[in-house]
Amino acid sequence: MSLAITDLHAEIDGNEILKGLTLEIPKGEIHAIMGPNGSGKSTLAKVLAGHEDYQVTEGGVLMDNQDLLAMEVDERSRAGFFLAFQYPVEIPGVSNANFLRAALQARMPAGEELDAVDFYKEMRSRMESLGIDQKFTGRAVNEGFSGGEKKRNEILQMTMLAPTYAVLDETDSGLDIDALKVVAEGVNAMRSPGRGFLIITHYQRLLDYIVPDVVHVMADGRIVKTGGKELALELEEKGYDWVREELVVA
Amino acid sequence: MNEESRTVTTIAQEKDTLGDFSFPEHHKFDAGYGLSESTIDYICDVKGEPDWVRAFRKKALGIFEKKPMPTHWATQDLENIDFDKIRYYLSDGEKPKRSWDEVPDDVKETFERLGIPEQERAFLAGVEAQFDSEAAYSNVKDAVAEQGVIFVNSTEGLKEHEEIFRPWFGKVIPTSDNKFSALNSAVFSGGSFIYVPPGVKVAHPLQAYFRINSENFGQFERTLIIVDEGAELTYMEGCTAPKFETSTLHSAVVELVAMKDAKLQYITVQNWSSNVFNLVTKRGIAHQNAEVRWIDCNIGSRLTMKYPGVVMKEPGARGEVVSIALANDGQHQDTGAKMVHAADNTTSNVVSKSISVGEGRATYRGLVQIPKHLKGCVNNTECDALLINSKSKTETYPAISVKGNKHATQHEASVSQVSEEQIFYMQQRGLSEAEAMSLSVNGFVNDLVREFPMEYSVELKRLIDLEMEGSVG
Repeated sequence: MSLAITDLHAEIDGNEILKGLTLEIPKGEIHAIMGPNGSGKSTLAKVLAGHEDYQVTEGGVLMDNQDLLAMEVDERSRAGFFLAFQYPVEIPGVSNANFLRAALQARMPAGEELDAVDFYKEMRSRMESLGIDQKFTGRAVNEGFSGGEKKRNEILQMTMLAPTYAVLDETDSGLDIDALKVVAEGVNAMRSPGRGFLIITHYQRLLDYIVPDVVHVMADGRIVKTGGKELALELEEKGYDWVREELVVA
Repeated sequence: MNEESRTVTTIAQEKDTLGDFSFPEHHKFDAGYGLSESTIDYICDVKGEPDWVRAFRKKALGIFEKKPMPTHWATQDLENIDFDKIRYYLSDGEKPKRSWDEVPDDVKETFERLGIPEQERAFLAGVEAQFDSEAAYSNVKDAVAEQGVIFVNSTEGLKEHEEIFRPWFGKVIPTSDNKFSALNSAVFSGGSFIYVPPGVKVAHPLQAYFRINSENFGQFERTLIIVDEGAELTYMEGCTAPKFETSTLHSAVVELVAMKDAKLQYITVQNWSSNVFNLVTKRGIAHQNAEVRWIDCNIGSRLTMKYPGVVMKEPGARGEVVSIALANDGQHQDTGAKMVHAADNTTSNVVSKSISVGEGRATYRGLVQIPKHLKGCVNNTECDALLINSKSKTETYPAISVKGNKHATQHEASVSQVSEEQIFYMQQRGLSEAEAMSLSVNGFVNDLVREFPMEYSVELKRLIDLEMEGSVG
């Protein structure tokens, strides 16, 4: 069982961004994708989630043998796919609690109601472990949140929705070291044999706290190098130009 | 139940909630198409009205014919109303029944599918149910009637209670107020007449339900509510019509009178189908320390023009308009409020929230008048608009005329948008597009919905959900 991406090509407004990306994340593993700006990392995240601005022109994605690309955005979510956004969106007027409740309710079989008492209990305890103030339950989703608060909120949503595969798109950007640790603890606590992660990051720093099983390097819409966690350190040391040079040589 | 039959039931229930069903017509009285003096004579004869009413109607017809369409400020769409293709009076000639068992089967089934008898048992003090031009059912609970509360239709009001009815009828909203108040005055039928005696506080709401069942028809109910000194009342109205091929006209006049220290709250949850022209005039007079409050929810219709008003006639009077308007594709909600301060130390409050979806259009028009010779008047106006997708339109036309410097007025307006990125974000968390839109809309109106009696807030949420489902197709 895995999230298997095969020869994925995708474009936006006629510009091809993903140019034959292949990658497989077996359940239970954490993979990291690193790469320079403009390599297509965030596009990959949006294509997997089903953003309508992007057209897939070739290739496919199987999530536990289900055709992910054939599903609507919300179906993908309910089937177990989660994206932690690089820029979480503000939703005025909708409280965090109501939003999470609606998202969980959408996963219930028709005619069944989410138990409100259990829900609040679970949400409160998860907020506490992520260091999120209880006041946030009543505040509108991400509205007026600091960058760090938004990212913590993404992790809160992830823990509540308990996805099978989660993609974290530059969750570390804009985080101070304390917030980074909290976010990493949240992810580590969710690590399990039944769950796969794809961590998209520009910097190696996050991977000090979330130790990946596999590191991929992405450039120009493709995976150009794959290795163990030490690859991240090598990249940090030598910079992305090193990969580019290797590519040119190859 | 298998998936297919479940879907069929759900669709049937939704159609019921939206009122999209009808029964074959079998009217004993039909004034025919078009409007002339003979239409009015026909209505007066069928209803057996006194001469003063006939004279009142005919005078109104003259005013209606003379007044131009207000297209110099309002939408050109008004020109699409063809007054010659409307039937102005349709009824089966039956008196309203006091028991649902006596109501004809098709009418009874209509109201059962709309949930009226059920609501009546659960939380209402009395119900009037109008089917086309006349009430089919009208009943007020014994305990309320014993307190001297009168709750009848307008015909019965003007015939049986002329001494209370006539002094106020047409006084809050003069016939010549606008073209459609004149039209209503010419051909009105149905609507409620309510009188609450001094000191009587009616604990549960009275409700009227207005149902259009016939195509090419105009419904012109006329409501007059008088709440005497120190008395209190909450009145609620609901309205629906099936989706017909041709347009339908609904043009009501509602006059409210709150005597000294009285409190009157008028709640509307309107859910017209998208071919209804809904052109309604609503106004209340608040006497000393009295309060008139309009809570107005406008969902559906092709065009709604409605600006509930309060004239604060004596010191200490308070007026309030709380309104929610939802304009979906092809709909125009042109709504607002009129606050006329006519005495010292009067207070008015307007909170308006509009939602435009797709190509839906929402317009807010507000009028606040505080003349120079008064002191201590306060007005607070807040209007917020929510746009769902970029094609939506919203316009705000506030007209605040405050003279003199011993007053406090405040006006706040905001426009926010539910963007594709917000919908995408919510969908990524597992909500369908319709659920995501509903959640945004409900979040936007949430603080106003809390003002509603619980039963109605649940109903309103359900209507918003259905509207959003419909808008995604």
